[in-house]
Amino acid sequence: MIEPHEDKRNKNPRTMKRREILKNLATLPVFGVFFLALQEKWDQKAERKKQVLEQLGLSEDTGEDRTAAVIKSPGDLIRLGIIGIGNRGEQLAQALGYGHPDWIGRLKDKRIEDWLAQEDLQVAITGVCDVFDQRAKRGVEISECEIRPSRVKAKQFRNYREMLESPEVDAVLIATPDFHHAPISIDAANAGKHIYCEKCMTRTEDEVFAVYEAVKKNKVVFQLGHQNHQSGAFEKAREVIRKNILGKVTLIESTSNRNSPYGAWVRHRDQNGKLKPGSPDSIDWKEWLGKRPVVPFDLERYYNWTLWWDYATGLSGQLMSHELDTANQLLGLGFPDTCNASGGIYFYQDGREVPDIFQAVFEYKNKDLTFLYSASLASNHDRGRLFMGHDATMRLGNDLEITIDRESSRYRREISDGLFDTGQPMLAFNPGSNRLDAITSASEKYYASRGLYYTYHRGRMVDTTHLHLMEFLNAIRNGTPVSVPIEKGVEVTIACHMATKSYREQRQVRWDGTRRKIV
Amino acid sequence: MTNSQTKSELDISDRLNRSQRAGLLTLRIFIGWHFLYEGIIKWTDPEWSAAGFLKSSKWILAGFFTWLAENDVLLILVDFLNQTGLVIIGIALIAGLFTRPAAISGMVLLGLYYLAHPPLFDGGLVSAGGDRYLLIDKNLIEMAGLYLLFAFHSGKILGLDALIQLWRKV
Repeated sequence: MIEPHEDKRNKNPRTMKRREILKNLATLPVFGVFFLALQEKWDQKAERKKQVLEQLGLSEDTGEDRTAAVIKSPGDLIRLGIIGIGNRGEQLAQALGYGHPDWIGRLKDKRIEDWLAQEDLQVAITGVCDVFDQRAKRGVEISECEIRPSRVKAKQFRNYREMLESPEVDAVLIATPDFHHAPISIDAANAGKHIYCEKCMTRTEDEVFAVYEAVKKNKVVFQLGHQNHQSGAFEKAREVIRKNILGKVTLIESTSNRNSPYGAWVRHRDQNGKLKPGSPDSIDWKEWLGKRPVVPFDLERYYNWTLWWDYATGLSGQLMSHELDTANQLLGLGFPDTCNASGGIYFYQDGREVPDIFQAVFEYKNKDLTFLYSASLASNHDRGRLFMGHDATMRLGNDLEITIDRESSRYRREISDGLFDTGQPMLAFNPGSNRLDAITSASEKYYASRGLYYTYHRGRMVDTTHLHLMEFLNAIRNGTPVSVPIEKGVEVTIACHMATKSYREQRQVRWDGTRRKIV
Repeated sequence: MTNSQTKSELDISDRLNRSQRAGLLTLRIFIGWHFLYEGIIKWTDPEWSAAGFLKSSKWILAGFFTWLAENDVLLILVDFLNQTGLVIIGIALIAGLFTRPAAISGMVLLGLYYLAHPPLFDGGLVSAGGDRYLLIDKNLIEMAGLYLLFAFHSGKILGLDALIQLWRKV
């Protein structure tokens, strides 16, 4: 060994060798220290998490596995008719497990795997209808999806009325432009068909109770297409509200933030700027217009119908209805007392009638609560959705964060003991990871806030619409409740129409519960 | 001192004085500790994946990193290499075993981390910890540290590499 200093001190080669061996093993105890420190850190983290959860009375997991909640009864096939099979209609079919070969071919491996892993809902698409022939034909092709043993080649009906007469259809999915929702729902209910209807439930206030009466009279199952609350984080949010972790909630801030022509409903051109297909020959324009004022065929109206008051209610019915539903699901808000809405057409000055910047303030006096909605179609900046309570604030999006308020009365002791940190979100729930985490590091917070947690890739991504439809089908089979029955649909839709009315008449509007009228 | 050129290079660690050796040893254990901890954290978290880090890459290799993240098989490989690589390098550095290959592998990993999120003039990724960097960040500094460990044969300072050498001689 070349160790001049050592050699001087010790000439005996055997002693030297033993010394060398021992000396060069000297760093191994570092591993002992390392693992002791690691164990201590884990213990402390687990202990802190346990204390926090115990203090809040929260459970660690989501509880039920919603995807496993299928009730299977062989032979109990539900036969569905899809009315309006454009973009959303096709998505509904996909959520039911029926995909067009084109679409399946474009899916990446993992998405296919997730999609195939969806429960077989035991349905067949037996009927489709669309005013656009090309779409209806595609719908028929979708119904023949080879992976579904229960598939039946759908019949293409000339219009929805013919479909409603067919004994081959048990229930209908309505994915037409908004102005058709009410007339079709009413006719479907009167024909004894169960109804899954996309939002906004109706275009006008008067139609709301007409649909309600028809559904009630005919005792059909009705589910409104607000699927957002089917997400895993939402289940946790229910628990947070049920256990009153936020304290008294007096303000809900909810937002929609988009910044693309497609998001702003300019949809008549494809990605290359070419006009999308459709002509008076291929689109039944008279059927499309229904009872709305007669105008010459217009491809823009056909694709961008959301932009006209004649066909829809813009931001309030399209996006705010989801937000109202979220709050209504969690807090059972019912009807608002008053609404003030404002906004304007500030960015997309393309001749549209509906605003692209829109704010609505609802007062729920019985609930001691204000619901504040703000939407921009010209900025993507994510403003989230906040439930602000005296003791804590919950930020609920695809994931969930709870921040304890530093002036909270309920948690005063925990805050002064240092158990609760008020400076940053204290709890986070990410449905991808399906568990609750006490946030510890700044980088975890960073990734959570930017939605950069791609943690679901090893778990399974589940389409919320799939769960929402499953609920609908279970209700038909077993009489179990749906989460957006007609009563809840009425509450949210009335609120939407209050905002539209307030915006258009530029005044505060009020809900007169006894006369069931917006005044 | 030996006359042979290779020997003098190999035994450079023997020519250092006590405080120089102590400094290198400390550096080796600290970096090893850091690698081991990072690796174990990633190993023990069933939800951990490099995908988020890769997908948020901003610089010229963003396309490559995104491609890695979006390829399921490659991503599993990347995750595995990260987890086991960090742990093995950490153990090797602390024990002073195969220190030079470990140092080189560590430099490669750190270099990839750097390339995925380099602190460029335009700001790039704001560091989560609130640190501020311009071109040089912690990854590069740790890389330089590993280079020192490599160049000075630090595995032979209280390390198993020295024992291996001893055993070979016997």
